[in-house]
Amino acid sequence: MTAHNMKLKLKIWRQKNKNAQGNMTDYHLEGVSPDMSFLEMIDLLNENLVKSGEDVVSFDHDCREGICGMCSMMINGEAHGPEKSTTTCQLHMRKFKDGDTIVIEPWRAKAFPVLKDLTVDRSAFDQIMSAGGYVTVNTGAACDANSILVSKVDADLAMDAAQCIGCGACVASCKNASAMLFVSAKVSQYSLLPQGKVEAPKRVQNMVAKMDQLGFGNCTNEAECEASCPKDITIENIARMNRDHLKAKLFSRPEIE
Amino acid sequence: MGKDCKKRCVAPTSICKKQFMAMTGLLLCGFLLAHLSGNCLIYVSADAFNRYGHMLVTNPLILPAEMGLVALFLAHICMAIKLTVENKNARPQNYYLKSKTGRGATFASSTMPYTGMIILIFLVLYLITVKYGPYYVTQVDGKEMRDLYRLLAENFSNPLHVAGYIFCVSALGIHVSHGFWSAFQSFGINHPRCNCLLKCLSKIFGLLMALGYSALPLFLYLKGGKL
Ligand code: HEM
Ligand code: FES
Repeated sequence: MTAHNMKLKLKIWRQKNKNAQGNMTDYHLEGVSPDMSFLEMIDLLNENLVKSGEDVVSFDHDCREGICGMCSMMINGEAHGPEKSTTTCQLHMRKFKDGDTIVIEPWRAKAFPVLKDLTVDRSAFDQIMSAGGYVTVNTGAACDANSILVSKVDADLAMDAAQCIGCGACVASCKNASAMLFVSAKVSQYSLLPQGKVEAPKRVQNMVAKMDQLGFGNCTNEAECEASCPKDITIENIARMNRDHLKAKLFSRPEIE
Repeated sequence: MGKDCKKRCVAPTSICKKQFMAMTGLLLCGFLLAHLSGNCLIYVSADAFNRYGHMLVTNPLILPAEMGLVALFLAHICMAIKLTVENKNARPQNYYLKSKTGRGATFASSTMPYTGMIILIFLVLYLITVKYGPYYVTQVDGKEMRDLYRLLAENFSNPLHVAGYIFCVSALGIHVSHGFWSAFQSFGINHPRCNCLLKCLSKIFGLLMALGYSALPLFLYLKGGKL
């Protein structure tokens, strides 16, 4: 057990509610262990705030093992903090030094309004998913396993895309607040597989239209999203979506209602 | 879907707009290459350069070609402004602190609107001083034609003009060093097999533009206005 001996200066965005004016507030925190996760460090701060009768810092979290994508926050100007391929909940305080100042902010995007402190409303992603992020299949008797063969390469690429946990780090880190990496991962995970190919042209158009409508920015191919993605989703997915979208626009026919 | 489809044709999606940027950008790259190769005649002789200029302006196809070029520039610039404004609006409140990961954005990629603006200013100055500048006359093969060589030589005897020109074409080189690759990505061409090649080509193209265009004023300056 390492000593709880780190002292930190925290600069945290405090905002009472959606409509309130927020501001950066300074906190001093002592007794932080290098073995704590970043979220446990905020838990410690919140315990202190409760003791002193102050409002705790609101932040999203759920699994705390890097698979749910809830723990979204900007740490020292980087989505999920300085460590590559790591969510905030998997980031440890040993990555910081005693006496460090740490700046913590919510995701900033028009499509992700701040609800309170570090908690933002990411339901825009759910709306994009409802616009086409699914396959339409008959339910009922399960069909034989392996009755539809998928090549190893396609299966791997689809699985890589399906790693996306929808945390929103791509939007947060993009200078245009573009959601292209998220949408392209979702489009790819279906369109690479035979079951998803059928609806691919319709899906890509509907999901992209929804993304635009929700006020996300346009991609400028900078790849900050890829660099900040805790799941290493690559911009190859964006390219796949770009060409699928082009093909769909040029060649697909509207459906009969 | 039927209604959606009609809507689709009216309002282009963000991807359509990006691909429009990519198409106009790549066509402009083609123009840059053609223009640069024409410029090379200046190293042959003043007469060769002037003859080439004369050949261009007397060609009946020059008017539609110029109009096409103007349209390309306007389209690229208008779409660039639209996209940049939309992108600014997508983040109404900025971060208190934002740092780059160092693994994604490059200097070239994050300065596209600025290098673009420099190109635009350069373009206007260039048109004023060269295309619509003083009309000197010379005789080549007994034919009277515009002495563009003299105009350029005069302009580039001034080291400030040379420096300004080099600054602007460097911005141009930086713009296309990202833009060239970026256009391919926008069209969906990104594959482990060709990524490295495309990225290298893009940097080489940018370098070629910056150095190639810088060579002309340097050449004229060092020659000191002599024919
Ligand atoms: C000969 C001149 C030019 C060439 C060859 C050129 C080329 C390109 C190319 C190839 C792209 C990449 C498109 C993509 O990412 O898909 C691009 C992007 C861009 N250009 Fe230009 N460009 C030129 C002039 C200009 C001018 C005059 C402006 C502005 C006033 C401008 C502003 C921009 C901007 C802002 C982008 C980024 C757009 C985005 O990524 O969404 N460019 N350019
Ligand atoms: S809390 Fe689930 S990914 Fe961090």
